[in-house]
Amino acid sequence: MRWALANAEQIWALTLNHVVIAVPPIVLSLLLSIPLGWWAHKHPAIRRTLLTGSGILYALPSLPLFVILPVLLGTRILDPINVVVALTLYGIALMVRTAAEAFDAVDGTVRESAVAVGHSPTQRFWRVDLPLAGPPLLAGLRVVSASTLSLVSVGALIGVRSLGYFFTDGYTRSFVTEIAVGIIGTVVLALVFDALLVLGGRILLPWVRATDTRTAAA
Amino acid sequence: MSFFVAALAWIVDPAHWPGPGGIGGRLVEHLWYSLLAVLLAGVVALPLGLWIGHTGRGRAVAIGLSGALRALPSLGLLTFLAVAMGVGIDGVLLPSTIVLAVLAVPPILAGAYAGVEAIDPDVVDGARAVGMSERQIVTGVEMPLAAPMILGGIRSATLQVIATATIAAYLGLGGLGRLILDGLPVRDYPRMLAGAILVTVLALLVDGLLTLLQRRLTAASVRASIGTDR
Repeated sequence: MRWALANAEQIWALTLNHVVIAVPPIVLSLLLSIPLGWWAHKHPAIRRTLLTGSGILYALPSLPLFVILPVLLGTRILDPINVVVALTLYGIALMVRTAAEAFDAVDGTVRESAVAVGHSPTQRFWRVDLPLAGPPLLAGLRVVSASTLSLVSVGALIGVRSLGYFFTDGYTRSFVTEIAVGIIGTVVLALVFDALLVLGGRILLPWVRATDTRTAAA
Repeated sequence: MSFFVAALAWIVDPAHWPGPGGIGGRLVEHLWYSLLAVLLAGVVALPLGLWIGHTGRGRAVAIGLSGALRALPSLGLLTFLAVAMGVGIDGVLLPSTIVLAVLAVPPILAGAYAGVEAIDPDVVDGARAVGMSERQIVTGVEMPLAAPMILGGIRSATLQVIATATIAAYLGLGGLGRLILDGLPVRDYPRMLAGAILVTVLALLVDGLLTLLQRRLTAASVRASIGTDR
């Protein structure tokens, strides 16, 4: 505890770094998985390719990916961009299946009613499919958020600064407290992100709770 | 791209294969630690998962625990245990294997209880009606029918372990991760990339093999359920 207080400034700086690296992959994997998942939902052949691809992607270990990406991207190995790209790929790998299944789960009769009242395909996507697929998408995003925040720290092995620095530094100095601070910091961040996602879901998907109470009343 | 050529040249160079620090030795180490961790996790998680699936008890706890484990950074867990348990030559293998096993527990657990839960309750009741004991139901009915999902869980656990064993090289544990981490301080980029390629290929190969096995098992259990229908 005393160590944490004495080093509060460094903890804060590394936490911010951690957040800065983690947020783009979380946001990007949601934004990219929605069209990919929709595409997979519409075309079975594409679905098979995409799901196989994301399975392979997810099978890639993170540390080697951090090393391979600079060669493919032409970036330098210490560039945090490598970690951001790698974690975005993992996020997509996790989210595409969820997104495809979320769109599959939308009730066919609801879709038909939307067509019957004159929705164009675009309107139907924005007003019916996407909102109804919201809750499973949110659940998938919460998984992506937790795994991304945990994986950011692996970047410390190749020198990308994050809370993971406390793991490598604490290990070199055989100092358990420092490692514990890093672990607690990461878990707290994961909890904060999860709470924000749940809160965001309540604001953006108010009908989820409305439906819940109605079914409970019935 | 020339880096890739250099890395491939590094891999095929026969001088880099023999010896304890050679590719061959690292490969064997990597597989050995991974196998050890998956076995350890399986011994703990498989019976527990089957029990949860069979009785329906403890499901909420299992789900909560798996979620919490996902948020724990594996590098942090590794270094923490390594330092807390004291690191020596023997000290490295134990904490590393324990952490790797801890990471492998949730997918195996989930595969087992979800697989058992997915079985048609009528089938289980039928087994009970013909006088099978609870133990016979678990081993003779639930385990074979849940086999594809159980293996699916083992598959994701194995991948997780192979990936994390790469990180464990940081603690002085051998394995292919060493090639990456040894190359980093001396900026031996071909060696690092060679290590990265080898781990990636190993992960994909193991994943492919287990997927094939899973498909075969699925086919067998589908045949079995058609058999019971008649």
